[in-house]
Amino acid sequence: MSLGNYVHRESPIHRMPAGSKVLILVIGGTALFLVPDLLIMITILAATIVLYRVARIPMGIMVAQVRPIVWIFVLIFVFQLFTRDVAFAGMVVSRFVALLLLASLVTLTTPASEMIDAIERRIGWMRVIGVNPAKISLGLSLALRFIPVVAKITSEVREAQRARGLEWSVIAVALPVIIRTLKMADDVANAIDARGYDP
Amino acid sequence: MIEIRNVSLNYDSLSVLRDVSLTLSEKRIAIVGSNGSGKSSFARLLNGLQLPTEGTVVVDGFDTKKDGKQIRKRVGFVFQNPDNQIVFPVVDEDLAFGLKNLKLPPEVIEQKVTEALSRYDLLAFRKHASHHLSGGQKQLIAISGVLAMEPRYVVLDEPTTLLDLRNKRRIAEVIDSLEQTAIVVSHDLDFLRNFDRVIVFEDCRVVIDDTPSTALARYVERLS
Amino acid sequence: MSTKDIVYIALFAAVTAAVGLFPPFPLPVTGVPISVQSIGPLLAGTILGARRGFLSQLLFVVLVAVGLPLLAGGRGGFGVFLGPSAGYLLAWPLIALFVGYMVERYWRNLTLLKTIAFSLIGALGISNLMGIPWMAALLGLNLVEAAISSLAFVPGDIAKAILASFIAMAVRCSYPIIEREKAPAT
Repeated sequence: MSLGNYVHRESPIHRMPAGSKVLILVIGGTALFLVPDLLIMITILAATIVLYRVARIPMGIMVAQVRPIVWIFVLIFVFQLFTRDVAFAGMVVSRFVALLLLASLVTLTTPASEMIDAIERRIGWMRVIGVNPAKISLGLSLALRFIPVVAKITSEVREAQRARGLEWSVIAVALPVIIRTLKMADDVANAIDARGYDP
Repeated sequence: MIEIRNVSLNYDSLSVLRDVSLTLSEKRIAIVGSNGSGKSSFARLLNGLQLPTEGTVVVDGFDTKKDGKQIRKRVGFVFQNPDNQIVFPVVDEDLAFGLKNLKLPPEVIEQKVTEALSRYDLLAFRKHASHHLSGGQKQLIAISGVLAMEPRYVVLDEPTTLLDLRNKRRIAEVIDSLEQTAIVVSHDLDFLRNFDRVIVFEDCRVVIDDTPSTALARYVERLS
Repeated sequence: MSTKDIVYIALFAAVTAAVGLFPPFPLPVTGVPISVQSIGPLLAGTILGARRGFLSQLLFVVLVAVGLPLLAGGRGGFGVFLGPSAGYLLAWPLIALFVGYMVERYWRNLTLLKTIAFSLIGALGISNLMGIPWMAALLGLNLVEAAISSLAFVPGDIAKAILASFIAMAVRCSYPIIEREKAPAT
């Protein structure tokens, strides 16, 4: 699977199991809300940036994680500035940036396929509540298989509609795509059953 | 041996097959007919994907209505469009799928996947994304996925319709060299010439059932 | 749940991803760029019904979370769930659930107008019910301020609800999925 925001590097963070990374993110993210002080928060933010160095993620990619929502940081900062003070505003914003960077770091250092494997290994208990984990696995795999197929069919249909000047019409594109892929889905379901799927 | 006994098939009020009885025991059997003649539905009866409205389909003594599991083990099915048959995003995952359904241990699955891929020189594609393969490669992967399960019969529904000439020939060779009994639905009359038996469907019935040379000559005559 | 259900669920997760490939269109008057992608949950609900629609959108959200760049503009990963629009994204499964439930309930005498009404409740009501509080909490706004700032998206949401309903009614005629379940024929 090459699809994804994953950045391939050799690093200890890349080698960490996906599940541990997510667990640390959840615990660490929650802990961030208990930090009361600007200075400590800035130290944490600096440590997060060091983690990007450890993971050998280029600075440009790190900045790109934050850039699309810089305006929100500005908004938050200004708003907190009016209601509280500079120190508090600075803390809220640096906490948010740290949180966002940590979350992105997990995504940048873990291939989607590894993340999905980690999910599949941890859903065995769902059998207890009447959910068959094998069916969840099949759904995940099928979605990954369908994404490029549906994208290809969509571009084929748009091509065909271009001849009629309808390539930008959502209905003229979506409707044939949906009908075609629903028929495909019936065949796929048949093919799965034909190969003896019996979870 | 596959026995079709007085089978009729209806979708709602539409009749697809009417009182068809056949015994299939030859090694290479072709099913021919125009679109809508019922030949694809007939193919789907053979592995229980479609159950007859009336009558029975019996494979080696197993009734498709009662012994679905046994039937699927015995009768492999290759679809017209390999895109719809390849279920998994990576080639080896797809081949392993049917074997997992047979509840084989992982090391046996691993070995059988390797065997299946090497049969048609596809080992290099083991870790490839399925959607990056060409049409001919996809059809070979689809066939390999079915053969890996070691069925006794393989039903192929228009396996060459979507392929170019070179890949048509390749798939024809592959079918030719199968150890299994092959039942092939096809429009491609040329590659049916060295089959054992050709059955022609028209208007929900069998109208011709003969050796290829006779059957194909009569079929072409009927069409003109 | 049958094999077919699983396939439909996976398919509509993929369809939702595919509509993300449509470039965002700028709204008339305000010029705010609107992504077509949030039509995904409306289509999933109206075409697949409540259960499968809900699960398809849940699956989509999971695929985004594991890092696949499936949101319009190629966004994906955990970071998305900290962004200002996370509430809207998390509403998608619930929108599909609600719209799907209503469509199934009124399936026998479903009209275009009814479908549009259900879709509007989903696209405007449920979506903002989750989106606005999240945005307010994140930006430190009060709910009224956040609601006002989300007004820019209302025309786009109305357009998507209408488009989705047209598509759903056409699919209902030519390839009904919900019907087949209620009266299993073949």
